[in-house]
Amino acid sequence: MATMAAELPVEPRTEVIRRAAARVGTSILVLAALWGLWEGYRWLWIQEGWTWPFIVNDTTMPHLHDIFAALWAKASPGGVGPRLITVLVKGALFTAKEAAAGFAIGALGGFALGVLLAHFRLLQRGLLPWIVASQTVPILVVAPMVVVWANPKLPDSLKDWGAVALIAAFLTFFPVTVNTIRGLQSADRRALELMRSYAAGDWRILWKLRFPAALPYIFAALKISATASVVGALIGELPSSIPNGLGAQIINFSQYYTTQPRGLWATNVIAAALGISFFLIVLIAEKLVVRRAPENLV
Amino acid sequence: MNVVEISGVSKRFGSTTAVEGIELEIGEREFVSLIGPSGCGKSTLLRIIGDLIEPSGGKVVVNRKTARQARKDRDYGIVFQDPVLYDWRTVAKNVALPLEIARWPRQKRKVRVQKMLELVELTGFENHRPWQLSGGMQQRVSIARALSFDPALLLMDEPFGALDEMTRERLNMELLRIWAASGSTVVFVTHSISEAVFLSTQVVVMSPRPGRISEVVPIDLKQPRTATTREEPRFFELVTQVREALHLGHDLERAAPVITQQAEA
Amino acid sequence: MSSTAPVAVQPVPRGGLGKLVGHRLIDWLPAVIVLVGIVGLWQGLIVWLDVQQFLLPKPTAIASAFWTDKQELLHAGWYTFQEALGGFALGSGTAIVLAVVLARWRRLGAALMPYFIAANAIPIIAFAPITNQWFDGGLTKSSKIVIAAILCFFPVLVNTLRGLTSVRPQDLELMRSYAGGQTAIFRRVRIPNALPFIFTGLKVATVLAMIGAVVGEYFGGALNALGVLILARSRIFLFTQAWAGVFVACLFGLGLYIAVALVERIALRWMPSTSE
Repeated sequence: MATMAAELPVEPRTEVIRRAAARVGTSILVLAALWGLWEGYRWLWIQEGWTWPFIVNDTTMPHLHDIFAALWAKASPGGVGPRLITVLVKGALFTAKEAAAGFAIGALGGFALGVLLAHFRLLQRGLLPWIVASQTVPILVVAPMVVVWANPKLPDSLKDWGAVALIAAFLTFFPVTVNTIRGLQSADRRALELMRSYAAGDWRILWKLRFPAALPYIFAALKISATASVVGALIGELPSSIPNGLGAQIINFSQYYTTQPRGLWATNVIAAALGISFFLIVLIAEKLVVRRAPENLV
Repeated sequence: MNVVEISGVSKRFGSTTAVEGIELEIGEREFVSLIGPSGCGKSTLLRIIGDLIEPSGGKVVVNRKTARQARKDRDYGIVFQDPVLYDWRTVAKNVALPLEIARWPRQKRKVRVQKMLELVELTGFENHRPWQLSGGMQQRVSIARALSFDPALLLMDEPFGALDEMTRERLNMELLRIWAASGSTVVFVTHSISEAVFLSTQVVVMSPRPGRISEVVPIDLKQPRTATTREEPRFFELVTQVREALHLGHDLERAAPVITQQAEA
Repeated sequence: MSSTAPVAVQPVPRGGLGKLVGHRLIDWLPAVIVLVGIVGLWQGLIVWLDVQQFLLPKPTAIASAFWTDKQELLHAGWYTFQEALGGFALGSGTAIVLAVVLARWRRLGAALMPYFIAANAIPIIAFAPITNQWFDGGLTKSSKIVIAAILCFFPVLVNTLRGLTSVRPQDLELMRSYAGGQTAIFRRVRIPNALPFIFTGLKVATVLAMIGAVVGEYFGGALNALGVLILARSRIFLFTQAWAGVFVACLFGLGLYIAVALVERIALRWMPSTSE
């Protein structure tokens, strides 16, 4: 035992610190490079007067610092009212509520459907092609009809946002279903034979073997779905005239883009932050649940 | 003339020493087996010879060149424990892989692949995919691939480790036949004492922590080896000799921590 | 594990497109039955429960609306499809080229990977009104092509990069032992290894390309574009006609998906199971 322990390469503390510093260094470098690319592109195109692929000016590509400054400025022209960031974060929280509910519905429903289809192969053959096909339905144009259909059926506390959550769920469930099927079928054949030798029933095999084997697949899907639920919520809000979310802000600022281009960019910054937060939450959950050699990040 | 000359070679991975103080000479047309318990660095040594990893110290000369130059001159044919075949290539195209990289003309390649598949008795399987073959057949494809460009040195890393005993013995016979026909030198890593004795002209016994050569046992069984070779009294004597060499190395390694523990107590 | 006898020696799947699809026709039977069942149930329930026409019209009503308008609808669908296809090709092509470059300089690729993954988590669709502003106020195809391309870019990039770098170490050792250069490693190991990953990314991208085109059209597009047409109709409560438009959008979206899936099946014929 003693010799074994001595042989394990012990990572010195300095090594850990050095690596962390390198990581921080890279991210600063990457962000600086992105900023440089943006401003450099801007400068060059304006300087040379290039018009391909599009004309560059303060409207089409505002200075990055202007965009971030706009976040802190007052939302309404004339310097009244709350700061833009307050308005946008409020909208983002509303959208997050829809996306989170949609994510939960979609993930659970998608998982249940996956279990069902993995178990009944004939059902899988019959339904899976149409589940794939369902994703080609342009949800943006279907969304208003869903809202009109769902609202009368929903209690007051769920009105509007509950309907959008359903739309978000529609984009969420698909990757989960597909990967649940793949994951449940990925269990090692020998491990299955072992379970059979214990005379374990289907239900036991599902929970003790197939489900753990499927977890990495399911989390891979959940990470895709995390973003998809935000996209679904945004797309659902756009045509359904729901005023509280980030979608309404996108419509609002896209109408005033020529006079106030930074508003739309700032909205995009907040939307990006929302999407990345959702992704990170799932990533952290995965780290906690799947204690296995981390093969890859997504 | 020696094909391989290794002097004072060592290799460290981080704070772990994989092999140390390796001195070894391998003559032309020899069949040398490296044997030892897991972790004795036999695979590491093989990879150092093949310039797949660089030694931390010491010198490796292959065909009077550095190992790197030998690799660049395509002196090595390598067979791993896994066949390492590409699923997206047919059997024939897998065998042709090194020839493509060495830019052989198409016609010459085709003739050569045919000949190689004949050698490993897989004629007729040219257009199969690797996953359509059994484990033994896959390993034969990988041997055909390794021999296809007439390498001066064949490096084999437990090539038959994953196969069942019967397939293994049959492939042992085939390998000897191929070795005799091709005239190459072989370095062969194995766990199996009887396999090492049966195949080799020399057995290099290694001991772990750190990996060292503890003994070199010359195998004087007469050539060519046949199925009856395994039944000769001399075969058993040599197996015993290798086994004792292995255990000696192992016991020495075992003894060390016991002494320290006593000292601590 | 392995046996001495040659196991599972089957003929390699050969032959063209026809055979690949043909021998699977029987596999599609359950799907066809399900479709007929769903459409039948849908029609029956609407008639039976007397659902309001404006929410979900009968399939027969949608079909007849499609038939009456098929010229205009297919024309609009084709217009939107061109936007989606252009964006798909532009975005995926750029992503694959960049992934190859990044896989060649692995340290750079590894350092940038987390940022690509983060970018992949951004709801880029919110960017659609901006691309509209970039190109002619959104009245031409360019803006939709660009938003579709940006949407397609990241999933294809992330998948391709992962495929190019997830090569077994033995494969690289083998190439090293043959003194194969970087070109040989890419051509003979990395790219074939990456193909399944690339197609996974491309299939995701087909769906995103259509979403990008339609959402882009929502923020303003040509009058004969499908997204504009569907929204115009649902605004004046022509729901049956709007659903006919949705049907056409699905048709084109599915067409693109199936095309990519077919190319995948042909390109990956060597795989032990291309069925999944």
